[in-house]
Amino acid sequence: MSTAAATLSIEHAHVDPKGSRIGMWLFLFTELLLFGGLFLLYAVYRAKFPADFHYAAKNLDLTIAAFNTVLLLTSSLTMVLGVGLLERRQRKASVLFIVLTILMGAVFLVNKYVEWSHKIHLHLYPGSAELADRTMGENIFYGLYYAMTGLHGIHVIAGMIILGFMVAMLRRPPQRTVAVPVETLPGMADKNVTGATVTLSYAEDEELDTRRLSRLENAGLYWHLVDLIWIFLFPLFYLIS
Amino acid sequence: MSYLEPQGRYRGLAGWIFSTDHKRIGVLYLWSILSFFSVGVLFGVLMRLKMLWPGEHLYSPQMYNALFTLHGVIQIFLFIIPGIPAVFGNFFLPLQIGAKDVAFPRLNLLSWWFYIAGAALALTSLFLAGGPPDTGWSFYVPYSVRTTTNVVMPVFAAFVLGFSSILTGLNFITTIHRLRAPGMSWFKMPLFVWSLYATAWIQILATPILGITLLLIMGERLLNLGLFDPGRGGDPLLYQHLFWIYSHPAVYIMILPAMGVISEIIPTFSRKNIYGYKAIAFSSMAIAFVGYLVWAHHMFTSGMSDFARALFSLLTFLVAIPSGVKVFNWVATMYKGSIKVEPPMLFAMTFIFLFSIGGLTGLMQGALGTNINVHETYYVVGHFHYTMFGGTGMGLFAALLYWFPKMTGKMYNKRAIVVAWACIFVGFNLLYFTMMVMGWLGMPRRYYAYLPQYQPFHIVATIGSWFLAAGIFMFLYAFLRALRKGTPAGANPWGGTTLEWTTASPPPLENFHEIPTVTRGPYDHTGRADA
Repeated sequence: MSTAAATLSIEHAHVDPKGSRIGMWLFLFTELLLFGGLFLLYAVYRAKFPADFHYAAKNLDLTIAAFNTVLLLTSSLTMVLGVGLLERRQRKASVLFIVLTILMGAVFLVNKYVEWSHKIHLHLYPGSAELADRTMGENIFYGLYYAMTGLHGIHVIAGMIILGFMVAMLRRPPQRTVAVPVETLPGMADKNVTGATVTLSYAEDEELDTRRLSRLENAGLYWHLVDLIWIFLFPLFYLIS
Repeated sequence: MSYLEPQGRYRGLAGWIFSTDHKRIGVLYLWSILSFFSVGVLFGVLMRLKMLWPGEHLYSPQMYNALFTLHGVIQIFLFIIPGIPAVFGNFFLPLQIGAKDVAFPRLNLLSWWFYIAGAALALTSLFLAGGPPDTGWSFYVPYSVRTTTNVVMPVFAAFVLGFSSILTGLNFITTIHRLRAPGMSWFKMPLFVWSLYATAWIQILATPILGITLLLIMGERLLNLGLFDPGRGGDPLLYQHLFWIYSHPAVYIMILPAMGVISEIIPTFSRKNIYGYKAIAFSSMAIAFVGYLVWAHHMFTSGMSDFARALFSLLTFLVAIPSGVKVFNWVATMYKGSIKVEPPMLFAMTFIFLFSIGGLTGLMQGALGTNINVHETYYVVGHFHYTMFGGTGMGLFAALLYWFPKMTGKMYNKRAIVVAWACIFVGFNLLYFTMMVMGWLGMPRRYYAYLPQYQPFHIVATIGSWFLAAGIFMFLYAFLRALRKGTPAGANPWGGTTLEWTTASPPPLENFHEIPTVTRGPYDHTGRADA
């Protein structure tokens, strides 16, 4: 009886990777819809000002953007490899690939910074005197450009922070702790000791812990979302002229 | 050992605000939500007080604008949207499906923290330079971009509150998919769980649209984006579309859980299985789906094409069908039942009565011709309060009456509740029915000063507001008193058939000593002692 109770307590700390994945996908839906509002605005305004959008897009820097696209796609690859390596119990190599992913995100942001500062240097930002002389469609184009790539940039930063946590988590070998009420331990049921808990530490596998793998997979899903949104932003802003 | 006894690392208040137990989080939400509700009621009473006089009186027009904005923001974002799901959903969803907790307990606590952070931001805006916002709770552009009052703060507050709502939603969906007890198939789930499931999907699919809309207002004000500025090619109508794409489904976030509560209470106090279980379950999903497609009926006078208006009018009529299905099924459940009018049942029947008025007057506005006449009048205000307060508010009160004995183990004074109910019922109808009448006669809403011919109506409505507020505070006081002096309620005071009544009152920390195996339908009264 008491052994059964102890097993029950450990089961309570049991992880549900499938449940976590459902939660993550639901969260990704909300992220898509958040951007969806902006894509809706883009669709309406582009239908309203097709010529102005075409003209404004010519001023964007296609080279940097194309390089950034390649960069983000590659970072998704390193992310997948990082997850795969952890699955195959190569924890240290996995950490390396996640760090690579973070670095590519950082280079993406640096490029974005260069691109934005150049635009701002040319006085192409919402509310500038330069834009006030241009067409309405160009004003809207730049408003959307800053709003959408800006919000995407914030998501890149968020993704890098999440992956940073993943690196911190994976640097140490896995160890799980479970707090068990003392009376549920074998042989303690009839000792009349209650209220105290005992912390048990154990590692189920030298390199792999399902909870950590599940976390890394979900962090990876988030990173792919960030990548995916850029895949839509790139043609909509840079390839329409 | 009940969940109310101290446990874990912390004692006292810290033992509550750092607890990941879904029951404690539900209670945290209850206290927070009822506090903000009381503030919202106070603002409402202050608004009504000024309307006793047609001209300038008591306080300035600017103050009046701030009051109706804050009344709306508080009651909508801090009270009715989180109300039933965050309080009773958190507490009873795991109990009703036979689980130990929700799927993500820490995320659940985080969502309460987001709620409190959002509330703090909203209240901070009152004291900052520029003064409280005066835009109305819908933050319509261009005014929300141009006004000199504090708009960014409350808008950001609503954004944070949206986060809280989304986290609760995704937690509930995952919980319902993953943590049902053995034997609890989808069609053995209590209807309250079904309504939470439908609500959670709207929370997830609609709230992000509000999030981006609010971010765009901040972008307009702080970064001068110009996306809604007609002078720079922007279109303010698009703001209205984005706003209502969330805010119409949001009224179903508000009403669906209340409908779920009523579906629990009616069979319990009729001692009968619910009539049309599947129809009620599917109608929740149908409302969630069709409710997503009717938003533009808020914009019939905003300048849309005739085709769009006719389409949205048609969809608006369609969304009334599943609500009608529910009302008829509740009444059919009561038919030939062994009805016991205990306080929860009294409020459930009040819900049916008031919500039916609110629903039918809503249909009148769904008709294009009528809509143009009553748009922006007190008729809309009256209708809205019949559905949201007469519906969701009464549903929340009924839920509190039904589940308070389970949450605390204490029974309240039933006679005090009936007296409070009489006050609420009389005050409610005096206030909001009069509003509909004067709106029909042409009294515009949100006006500080009005023509003297409407004064008699305003006086009646204001007197109604006093009855209503007095009734609400008597009602809430009865619970505060019951906390100290209530009699022990027992595990199943109402003869309920769902799983939460099989465990102790208040429930033990892990809900059930042994996870139950479900073999009967949720409202199966056959063979029960008092059936």
